[in-house]
Amino acid sequence: MSAPAIASYMTDRIGPLPFCPGCGHTTLTHALDKALVKLQLDPRRVVVVTDIGCIGLSDRYFTTHAFHGLHGRSITYACGLKLARPELKVITLMGDGAAGIGGAHFLNVARRNIGITLLVGNNFNYGMTGGQHSVTTPEEGLTSSTPAGNPEAPMDLCATAAAAGAPWVWRATMFDPDLPDVLADAIAQPGFAMVDVWELCTAYYMPRNQFKKKELLEMFGAHGLTTGKVVDRPRPEYTARLREVLASAKPPRPSPGIEPRFPHAVSRQTGIVIAGSAGQKIKSSAALFAQAGMFAGLHATQKDDYPITVQTGHSVAEVNLSPERVDYTGIERPDFFVLLSEDGLRRTRDTVAALPATSTLYAVDDLELPPTAARVRRLPSRELTKDAGRLSLCTAALAFLLADSGLYPVAALRAAISAFTSPKIAEASLKAAAAGAAAVHRE
Amino acid sequence: MAFEFVEGNEAIARAAVRAGCDFFAGYPITPASSILHYLNEDLPPRGGVVIQAEDEIASMGFCIGAAMAGRKAMTATSGPGISLYSENIGLAVMGETPLVIVNVQRQGPATGSATRGADGDVQFTRWVTSGGLPVIALAPATVEDAYLLTFVAFNFAEKFRTPVFLLSNAELGIARESADLDAVPLPPRFDRVKAPPAAEGFRPHQFDNPADVPAFADFGGDTITRFTTSMHDKDGFLTSRPAVIQEMVDHFAAKIDAAADEIALVKEDLQDGADTLVVSYGVTSRSVAVAVREARRRGRKVSSLVLQTLWPCPEKALRAAMRGLKRVVVPEMNMGQYRQEVERLAPDGVEVEGVCKMDTTLLSPDEILRKGGLL
Ligand SMILES: Cc1ncc(C[n+]2csc(CCOP(=O)(O)OP(=O)(O)O)c2C)c(N)n1
Ligand code: SF4
Ligand SMILES: [Mg+2]
Repeated sequence: MSAPAIASYMTDRIGPLPFCPGCGHTTLTHALDKALVKLQLDPRRVVVVTDIGCIGLSDRYFTTHAFHGLHGRSITYACGLKLARPELKVITLMGDGAAGIGGAHFLNVARRNIGITLLVGNNFNYGMTGGQHSVTTPEEGLTSSTPAGNPEAPMDLCATAAAAGAPWVWRATMFDPDLPDVLADAIAQPGFAMVDVWELCTAYYMPRNQFKKKELLEMFGAHGLTTGKVVDRPRPEYTARLREVLASAKPPRPSPGIEPRFPHAVSRQTGIVIAGSAGQKIKSSAALFAQAGMFAGLHATQKDDYPITVQTGHSVAEVNLSPERVDYTGIERPDFFVLLSEDGLRRTRDTVAALPATSTLYAVDDLELPPTAARVRRLPSRELTKDAGRLSLCTAALAFLLADSGLYPVAALRAAISAFTSPKIAEASLKAAAAGAAAVHRE
Repeated sequence: MAFEFVEGNEAIARAAVRAGCDFFAGYPITPASSILHYLNEDLPPRGGVVIQAEDEIASMGFCIGAAMAGRKAMTATSGPGISLYSENIGLAVMGETPLVIVNVQRQGPATGSATRGADGDVQFTRWVTSGGLPVIALAPATVEDAYLLTFVAFNFAEKFRTPVFLLSNAELGIARESADLDAVPLPPRFDRVKAPPAAEGFRPHQFDNPADVPAFADFGGDTITRFTTSMHDKDGFLTSRPAVIQEMVDHFAAKIDAAADEIALVKEDLQDGADTLVVSYGVTSRSVAVAVREARRRGRKVSSLVLQTLWPCPEKALRAAMRGLKRVVVPEMNMGQYRQEVERLAPDGVEVEGVCKMDTTLLSPDEILRKGGLL
């Protein structure tokens, strides 16, 4: 036996609708009820979402789920609900005011084509706050915020939604006898559907402007507009498309853990700064250097400094290696400083100049250095990049540092390269590591 | 169990997945964007939804809608985005929405220093929305701590049906360190208590005692439910009766205040005979650890209290740690925001001093030793 038909989706549990006599919102609310009756949707799978404004008083009269959110944001809650449970019918009621303050959401829900229904109770002013003008108030319209007549041009909500990509748009009035059928059609759409319902606000816009049924209907002609379907061009709905795209997606593989298997000679927290230019792979080489330290049983940290325009200017990485966990990650007096370009020097000149005598500065051979107390070691850049190319200079320099300082074996760097880079990059990096180590041993 | 070289943001994203997060909406902003990137790869193949919203207001709106439909939702941003979240945070409080909000703090105000850290949003978090009702905020110090506290943030959000903040910092979010995330001991996972299916006479905000947390019904589930931004009664219907409104406000506050001890996570390193206590949180507590070790090495007796929970303020732990002291030092990467709480709780005669800096760099152990009078 089939369930008995639902005769109404509204309740009088909290009394009659609260709108002023003759208010278009009453008509719209009842039309929505009739549309739901026509569709006989399971009320448990329907959410009525409302915005702020007089129209926002309507959701709680429905026997479906009811959600009343912030001014201008009802579309975002509706989208959240729909994204979370695509099987739901989510119907949003909002005013012309909401279309203004929530303009970004209005455009983007149409563009994304998230399958919610948007019903705009468009009464050409802010009813709830005392009849101020909205984005749809006609030019010259008298409102409490345009006492000399509205100097602003109104926005056509239908044209705007259409331009943003809405697949289904209908322009209606509270006087349309087929309004419930139109709303039912809108709700039945799989994609985003909007009905712009022109209404009277009998408390404000109507009396101030002598704007009654006749004037409202005449306004269509004046703007060259008609009621009825504005757009009907179906395209795939967002949540459905998402499911399709994601059917084959797989979560990323967890990165392999690092088990220590090399010795190290680091007795205390040691700070290493690597300064060069964008494109020199400072960041990724520093990370391999840190991970290599972890292969040697050390703890490591890394912070990077580079301009927001990532492909130009300096790139500086700060790495700490320590036999204990690293608490303070700042490096005021680097133990080792690797300087690979003019950009890097420009960014770190003060630190370089202040390096203490206990630190070692590895600088490419063509750089002019400021006076420094540090022990300076020149990096033979041509020799370092001969086999692996300029892109691998940083890796070669770090291998040079390791072979020179003995912090941990170059073999650990090779292990990190093999574990964490693609075979193609690994090939060049391994060559660079060999070149860096060989340059030290040759001396 | 093995070490990885992980960024704070990735630890947050992975802990969220582990906690059962299945909805993320966010708007790109340095230094929080990599949370969006990571979850974009990880969540959708598991049936989760990740969406880059048109702005931060929509990010929060999507999250609130999804959370009320039964999802475990998270969003992540930095100071400028939290400003735009503000009104919707109030909505989440009003609707008793479980939600995790990550703030990877960068130095501000306004655009500030986009890639550099500060802890400038500590009081902003407490008073982030109109009405001034309590919120929960946790501040991680390390990558492993970020992993733990993100997981705990989800538990608190679910348990107390409230937005929970994770107050991270660029110094942690976009820095990498060796960490063994799988070895981080996590508490049991808590999921929100649901109303029995199709409960007759279901009331979306039912409580007997003010501190009770109402059972939850999913939007779109078999039990019809309601949500409203307006002051409402237990049925979720708008009300203007002062007595009912006060009862609801008391409930919003009581469910968090009454659980303050459970929410208060601190790490005590108290020394017998110490006359000075250092109170710290977040990345600054790492410098404090070094400074305290050094002060002790030089023969000073110094205690340390690290706050993992900032809001509600762990008053009991603070009061206990300050008993019988002469001085309390509060180093912060802001101009002295949490010091206010410590001053408020300090017993008569205990001097409270701040060590403040907001120049985008970490407070160094040296600065804390010198300016905090620990030498
Ligand atoms: C952020 C915010 N700003 C302002 C308001 C005040 N406000 C309440 S309703 C409203 C205008 C509503 O107008 P409209 O959307 O056209 O709905 P109507 O009352 O005409 O049905 C405004 C500005 C608010 N609630 N929230
Ligand atoms: S003020 Fe206007 S919009 Fe509001 S209920 Fe009255 S007539 Fe309707
Ligand atoms: Mg209006």
